[in-house]
Amino acid sequence: MTAATPSSGILEQKRKRFRAAQIDWASLLGTGATGFATILIVAILAVILGNIAINGVPYISWRFVSTGTATDMFDVNKAGILPMIFGTTARVILMTIFVLPMGVLTAIYLTEYARIHSPFTRVIRGAVNNLAGVPSIVFGLFGAGFFVRFIGGGMDSAFHPAGATVWGQPALLWASATLAVMTLPVVIIATEESLKAIPQGLREASLALGASKLETIIKVVLPQAVPGIMTGAILAISRAAGEVAPILFTGAAYYMADLPKSLHDQFMDLGYHVFILSTQSPNVDKTRPLLYATVLVLLCLTFILNIVAIFVRANMRKKARMLH
Amino acid sequence: MQTHFEKELSDLKEILLTMASHAEAAVKNAVEALTNRDYDLAQRVREDDSVIDKFELEVDEMAIHLLAKAPLASNLRLIMVATKISQNLERVGDEASKISNRARDLAQEAPLKLNLDIPRMSNLVLQMLKGALDSFVNQDPATARELIPRDKEVDALNKQIYRELSKQMMHDPETITRCLNLMIVAKSLERIGDHATNVAEEVVYLYEAQDIRHTGKGGPAALQTEMEHKRPV
Amino acid sequence: MAETTLPKVTVAPTAQAAGSPLTLIEVQNLSLFYGAAQALKNISLGIGERVVTALIGPSGCGKSTLLRCFNRMNDLIDNVRIQGTVKIAEQDINSRDVDVIELRKRVGMVFQKSNPFPKSIYENVAYGLRLQGINRASELDAAVEESLRQAALWEEVKDRLHTSGLGLSGGQQQRLCIARAIAIKPEIILMDEPASALDPIATTRVEELILDLKKDYTIVIVTHNMQQAARISDFTAFFYLGELIEYGTTAKIFTNPSKKQTEDYVTGRFG
Repeated sequence: MTAATPSSGILEQKRKRFRAAQIDWASLLGTGATGFATILIVAILAVILGNIAINGVPYISWRFVSTGTATDMFDVNKAGILPMIFGTTARVILMTIFVLPMGVLTAIYLTEYARIHSPFTRVIRGAVNNLAGVPSIVFGLFGAGFFVRFIGGGMDSAFHPAGATVWGQPALLWASATLAVMTLPVVIIATEESLKAIPQGLREASLALGASKLETIIKVVLPQAVPGIMTGAILAISRAAGEVAPILFTGAAYYMADLPKSLHDQFMDLGYHVFILSTQSPNVDKTRPLLYATVLVLLCLTFILNIVAIFVRANMRKKARMLH
Repeated sequence: MQTHFEKELSDLKEILLTMASHAEAAVKNAVEALTNRDYDLAQRVREDDSVIDKFELEVDEMAIHLLAKAPLASNLRLIMVATKISQNLERVGDEASKISNRARDLAQEAPLKLNLDIPRMSNLVLQMLKGALDSFVNQDPATARELIPRDKEVDALNKQIYRELSKQMMHDPETITRCLNLMIVAKSLERIGDHATNVAEEVVYLYEAQDIRHTGKGGPAALQTEMEHKRPV
Repeated sequence: MAETTLPKVTVAPTAQAAGSPLTLIEVQNLSLFYGAAQALKNISLGIGERVVTALIGPSGCGKSTLLRCFNRMNDLIDNVRIQGTVKIAEQDINSRDVDVIELRKRVGMVFQKSNPFPKSIYENVAYGLRLQGINRASELDAAVEESLRQAALWEEVKDRLHTSGLGLSGGQQQRLCIARAIAIKPEIILMDEPASALDPIATTRVEELILDLKKDYTIVIVTHNMQQAARISDFTAFFYLGELIEYGTTAKIFTNPSKKQTEDYVTGRFG
């Protein structure tokens, strides 16, 4: 090692090392691969949405979305999809009303009350996880058998002994209930995650002040968990808005002249209507534009429902940050 | 608003000062008992010494109690200095007691017709003691430094008194007992001067963080404080 | 053998009330098991009223476990088994007819990591009061102010009572938790290493606060900082591996402990 003069040995070596370090193949590969995957996904989404938008937008009109179809529902110039919009929205809202309390209460039980290692708890958890994997059509059949025939039929015998069939048939109520059962795991898991994220110290502080467990949950835990619960609701809505199989036998109708007026009425549905248009149309080419338009409206509706829910959640987060 | 610890420290200071006033009074009274041949006063000085002894115990107990709280910097030095000052004051009390014992004995014999400088010595020593304690109360290390060299005067007076008393004893053996008692008195006064010097040195350590013991100098000019001393050049 | 009664206080001139304080918490032959592991081994001691008692010892010696017995926070843990008795004001707190909620209103707790609710400062302090049904603004305002003053926090937060408690510094948050605990006027305050997460200045503030609170509350504090125990406590209990090794006045424990183990711990030879 010679003495360190500026142009000699040590500085030269340092410069060489520095240069070599500039090409980091591992990082480059990582960045490249992840970037490529992201671009691919965005591209696929863009192609699908783009295709639908290009083909569907020309056929959207105010008449299209604000009236029902009186005559030929396969004719793009005469069809109206207001009943379907109404039906889809109604069943999603009703589903949310059913699933949120059930899901949140179950999650609260599992997180706050259940003993972690008891067999009972493990059975419940297993059930929740398995429920998440059940195919949608099975839910449809379950809904038909349990809600429509068993409960609905039971209600008819109790309230309408004269033999009228009011509740024992496909209805808005039963379709919503079926969807609620289907999206239950999503809400439970999202709520559980948000409950678990709350530090135990907060619960201990509340209990140490003389609060009961219930008071602690209501006053401290739940308010903190609301954003997480809203996330669960958003996920449930997203999934349910587009599902067709669960409502096939439980409430969706091929055609209805009027909007549903009560919970025991059937309803028309966007997703189901897409299915009908695809399979029942006498003239495929004439119906194709209608199909694109209907799918576009369905997607828009889903987006709008999501955005509303996200907006509500953001609002709650902001309020939670300010004060209680 | 004083913290609890600060209050404990000022309580410590107060006890120390009470002890100091007892010690000062003991010296004054002992010398007075000597010059006025006051038997009763001498007796009282001897009894009061137990009070001073109790104070020393109290200060030490408080000090260790406070040290357990891990004080730092000037607080730490204060507690160290307090124990040392109390020890010196306790010895001052003992020396005053010794003086009063001699005073008692001398009062029972005929007075010696000698022109000794004992009053001057005792004045000087009392001044030094008061000066040292004042410098503690007033946070004035400069005064403390100034009085340290005066101990030499006290030592010189002591030597002088020894010589005169030796001459007297050789001259008149009848006076030997009385002269020996007076020598002891002078010795005790000299020791009190030493203790006052010690207290002054402790005061300098407390307020300047400089240990000037065994250097024999005080110097009128105050040296740099520790803060100035540590400022980067 | 640990003492069962409070040792006689040898009063240094500046110590507080002379004489031996009354026993408020009495522990008799207490043993606690987490499943098969024994965390507390046959503990007996008496904690005095309106004094500060420090529990010291190396990690895992059981001091926090014992502290949590006093307000039955160990009930929250599965598989905990207790033998022996803990009596507060002569009542066995583990007996069936004791309402644990009421117990916790009288025995407050401040935790190691400050845990203010994500609510406003005002609502944090008012939480315990609202639980007891006190909802009128005038009463709450007065109580909140008093607690924050006692916790030496009022001047710093009086202009932002309705901002979030989480916006305070660490030391302020801990004082907020203390204010929250004393708002419901418990008789006993349990503190589990309350200053261990704080910087030295905040620690000094909390220690001063504890010394001020001593005249109205009985305080039991777990600490691993021995100088802190020496600074603020009147009595100290030394634990090791679940056993009570020595219990006495703070002055004695830190200047002249009776047991060699205590001396070794206090001088830093182990733990």
